[in-house]
Amino acid sequence: MTAPQVTEPLIEVEHLTMRFGGLVAIDDVSFTARSHSITAVIGPNGAGKTTVFNCITGFYKPTIGRLTLRGAGGEFLLERMRGHEIGQKARVARTFQNIRLFPGMTVLENLMVAQHNKLMRASGWSLLGLLGAASFQRAEAAAVELARLWLERIGLVADADRPAGELPYGAQRRLEIARAMCTEPVLLCLDEPAAGLNPRESAELNQLLVSIRDRDGIGVLLIEHDMSVVMNISDHIVVLDYGRKIAEGDPLAVRSDPAVIRAYLGTDEEAIDG
Amino acid sequence: MAYFTQQLINAITLGAIYGLIAIGYTMVYGIIGMINFAHGEVFMIGAFISLIGFIICGSLGISSAPIAIVLVLLLAMCFSAVYGWAIERTAYRPLRGSFRLAPLISAIGVSIALQNYVQLAQGARPKPGGQVVSGGFNLFSADGFDVRVTWLQIIIVLVTVVLMAGFTWVIAKTSLGRQQRACEQDMKMAALLGVNVDRTISLTFVLGAALAAVAGMLFLMYYGVIDFFIGFLAGIKAFTAAVLGGIGSLPGAMLGGLLIGLIEVFWAGYFSSEYKDVAAFAILVLVLIFRPSGLLGKPEIEKV
Repeated sequence: MTAPQVTEPLIEVEHLTMRFGGLVAIDDVSFTARSHSITAVIGPNGAGKTTVFNCITGFYKPTIGRLTLRGAGGEFLLERMRGHEIGQKARVARTFQNIRLFPGMTVLENLMVAQHNKLMRASGWSLLGLLGAASFQRAEAAAVELARLWLERIGLVADADRPAGELPYGAQRRLEIARAMCTEPVLLCLDEPAAGLNPRESAELNQLLVSIRDRDGIGVLLIEHDMSVVMNISDHIVVLDYGRKIAEGDPLAVRSDPAVIRAYLGTDEEAIDG
Repeated sequence: MAYFTQQLINAITLGAIYGLIAIGYTMVYGIIGMINFAHGEVFMIGAFISLIGFIICGSLGISSAPIAIVLVLLLAMCFSAVYGWAIERTAYRPLRGSFRLAPLISAIGVSIALQNYVQLAQGARPKPGGQVVSGGFNLFSADGFDVRVTWLQIIIVLVTVVLMAGFTWVIAKTSLGRQQRACEQDMKMAALLGVNVDRTISLTFVLGAALAAVAGMLFLMYYGVIDFFIGFLAGIKAFTAAVLGGIGSLPGAMLGGLLIGLIEVFWAGYFSSEYKDVAAFAILVLVLIFRPSGLLGKPEIEKV
């Protein structure tokens, strides 16, 4: 938790506003997230957290605002890019509140699909690959290797050939994150990764996220209700309420911020400590 | 016994052809959830291209049957694949995201358009194909009845088995197949992981059309006569086969094709040949009533 302040901002969200007809879902929200750090976006239900994610990942076009990503590949204005470009070029990966693995495919295949752009490039679009060109086989071997690495990190090597839908819930959550990581993103957006996890699984998730921050050095943007996750691992927290940013800072500062306490429960402070 | 064996041999041959067409229905349904009613027409066009191909081979003086068959096979597959691709690109893709019935109606339109196009371009009269492969051998004789297997039947079954095995391998083992299955299960998520969904859907149509073209060529060789209307009945029967096997399921389509072939041939052989189509479609009705998900399909579970 010492390094983060040195790095350049990875993504800058400036004056982001999203209106759906008369409803203002996000109102002039600005914040930044950095590489080598975990930034949490929290807030009561309906505060606009997922909408922020949907704007960043191209599901929505923001009404107003600029989203600048400065990654390894250069500078991208995310609000001007189309959905699949954000994944491919700007290298932003995301997961959803509900698990969206490919349930009928094996654990390994799930991780292979995520690397498929690389494979396609190596295969010169498919036919060469089918004919077993050497460049394709090398790429395929490298993809399997990366997948194996991630299976080790999430502790699922033994389950590589099981259908993903058969895994226990917590393992599915971890697999989903590993799959997102196999796209080799610079920014990983996780929408409530701890939802429905028991405390042990939740602790495993914490470890995984911390290792992604420290080992892979990418930026992690996190929506989470589970305060044991948020407070333990976040470097920076952005608090939304009714679409507005009401506080921002490190966990300690946010925890004692009166506006945050009011938004969550009126007055009592204990519930946030949870 | 001899009669039964003979019917069985005929049924497997016919079932192979249905199975090849059924794969196209089931794959397209699997990935975009629509019934491609123009698929039967792609089969018909495949048969016509094969006919043209054989005539070209004849005029070029290619007299060796295996070489001619391979050449025509490739020709028919390529041309029909282009048809399949073009149909998807022009008639279905613009309607993606529209209401569910829209592409279905569009498919029926394409089907009629293609029928009329072939009728105009090739004439309405049935076209004889001539015999490319003749001969066969007697398997055994019993009760004064010769059980005969023709070389053509062997070719049909062999080609079908090889193609189905190859196709299954592509879907199960290759990067292409992986993205195809990924799109089938969660298209939006696949797109988010960088899979080019449009291209994958095109590919599905291309592969389905290529297999239908093979079926068209085999049909031409087996029956020796084709016209612009063969796509309708063969298409509907293959569709029945896909539903019977469980639409969306690849082995289901192959099994369903075989079963429809069996039902049709045995009904014609033991009851009445006029009512063989009725028997095949009665099966469709029964399956829809008693087992809507088909033999190998997974029932759709709706989460509440």
